[in-house]
Amino acid sequence: MTNLKKRKITNIFFLTISTLTAFLGLFWLVMILGDLFIQGASSINWKLFVDDFAPPGFGDGGLRPAFVGQLIIVSTAFIIGIPIGLLGGTFIAEYGRNSKTAKLISTLSDLAGSIPSIVVGTFIYAVIVRTTGHFSAFSGSLALALIMIPVMLKTTENMLNLVPWQLREAAFALGAPYYKVIFQIVYKSASVGLLTGAVLSVARIAGETAPLLFTSLNNTFFSLNITKPMASLTVTIYRYAMGPYNDWHKLAWAGSFVITVFILLATLISRFIVNRRYKN
Amino acid sequence: MKSAKNNSFELKNKTTLYLTAASAYIIPLILILMLAVLIYESIPALKKFGLIGFMISTTWNPVKNVFGGASAVYGTVVVTSLALIFAAPTAVGIAVFITQICPKQLKSSFSTAIELLASIPSIIYGMWGLFVLAPIMSSHIEPFLQKTLGKLPFVGLVFKGTPIGIDLLTASTILSIMTIPFIASVARDSFELTPKNLIESAYGIGATKWEVIKDIVLPYSKIGVYGGIILGLGRAVGETMAVAFVLGNNHKIVLSLFGTSSTIPTTLANEFTEADSDIYISSLFYLALILFVSSFILLSTAKYFSSRSKK
Repeated sequence: MTNLKKRKITNIFFLTISTLTAFLGLFWLVMILGDLFIQGASSINWKLFVDDFAPPGFGDGGLRPAFVGQLIIVSTAFIIGIPIGLLGGTFIAEYGRNSKTAKLISTLSDLAGSIPSIVVGTFIYAVIVRTTGHFSAFSGSLALALIMIPVMLKTTENMLNLVPWQLREAAFALGAPYYKVIFQIVYKSASVGLLTGAVLSVARIAGETAPLLFTSLNNTFFSLNITKPMASLTVTIYRYAMGPYNDWHKLAWAGSFVITVFILLATLISRFIVNRRYKN
Repeated sequence: MKSAKNNSFELKNKTTLYLTAASAYIIPLILILMLAVLIYESIPALKKFGLIGFMISTTWNPVKNVFGGASAVYGTVVVTSLALIFAAPTAVGIAVFITQICPKQLKSSFSTAIELLASIPSIIYGMWGLFVLAPIMSSHIEPFLQKTLGKLPFVGLVFKGTPIGIDLLTASTILSIMTIPFIASVARDSFELTPKNLIESAYGIGATKWEVIKDIVLPYSKIGVYGGIILGLGRAVGETMAVAFVLGNNHKIVLSLFGTSSTIPTTLANEFTEADSDIYISSLFYLALILFVSSFILLSTAKYFSSRSKK
């Protein structure tokens, strides 16, 4: 009987440890988000969105150039990255369905999506910033697009694979050519998945800082010109948080709060939609 | 008339095929181009300091234009391995909890909560580390470690110095939190692959839950878990912003965990725009090349492991 008792105690011991690690993970999440909400929400006000950067020590001042810059940089990345990812994923799931090359590209795409984002930044610096001779918001968008393409490609591939093959065969039987089947049948039935894929790719890049450090750089003034350096929210947060002024820290918390809420909401909502749509 | 329509279909179909194929081939093209550009840009540094010479030299002197990557490589290795030592057991524990212990109704919300850790941007981790974790580390945890473990012979050496919170230990703690969700989700997926009848028969002969986990689930999903840990390593190696905030930017090799240091990504982040000579920037590109190659190797190893575990 002592053996049994020993086994039961060991059992309880290790199960408790496992439960504790689970709560440790939860603890970090609550702690980080809690601090972010407490510090960030208190610094949120209308001025944050409508005022330009102020010199340190003057108290007021907002992050308008950073918000607008972030929006421009991310949307440009979206315009470049999403179509390429979508079409690439279409090739892998449709035309290249059974080919070894398509499988290889799909694997390489996974790897490309996990390459350190700062390396992507140095690459774009060498290829674009060096050759044009100056930093530009566009080069930042290009760096983000490179990170985005593999994410969109993978989601597209997975979502198109979920569309039953019989659906395509039914369309073929009516005499539809393959491109029509793809655009009018397959895309249509996978539309929810593709849309959430796009949202997830945006969530993936919206918080990226490292690839922007030496591509879109920064700008202390409001700018809409994508061929010139532009302030982005993430780089501004970095600069302000590392700075010595209390006002700057407050703005950094506020900016972080906004960007995190955006990313978490986008992630949660798209996960929820996908889970509901593809439950079975 | 009919054949003309067929021809236009044919043309459009061809166009679609080429367009999608071109988009797909962009991926390998970019990877090859990236490698080529990084190699090309690092040639001056390679010529001047040597392939291996650069990696074992500890001098990082922008004034005299002498560069060696040993300190950054050392910092990267220490921070990521410490992070993995903290993260791997926690993540496996979390995966065990989610698959074996957690009540069914809570399972998916708990998984989501852990995965949310992965979607918090790294700059938020960095800032939180600087403003919240670093003060806690310097005033509570690090003095405590010095008082206890610091008194031991040999082990005490790694706890020497003034605890300021901006150091290797804080950086690896933050990095470990960021790595947990990656390992946990891979481990969870491989645990789920354990055949149900194996688990049921183990329970049938009277095994306790822990014995089922230890003798059935873990051995069965070993390869998948290793893959997850390597994936976490590959992710951690390239992490920039979370570490840049709390590591100082010190190009010296320090033994103490309470010392400032630098990793390859933080060196790039801090010095790339300041590099004023060709050899300086080329050395930075060489660091980027080292990072690119090592993360690529780690990630493909992880991929290989995960494909084997699914068979």
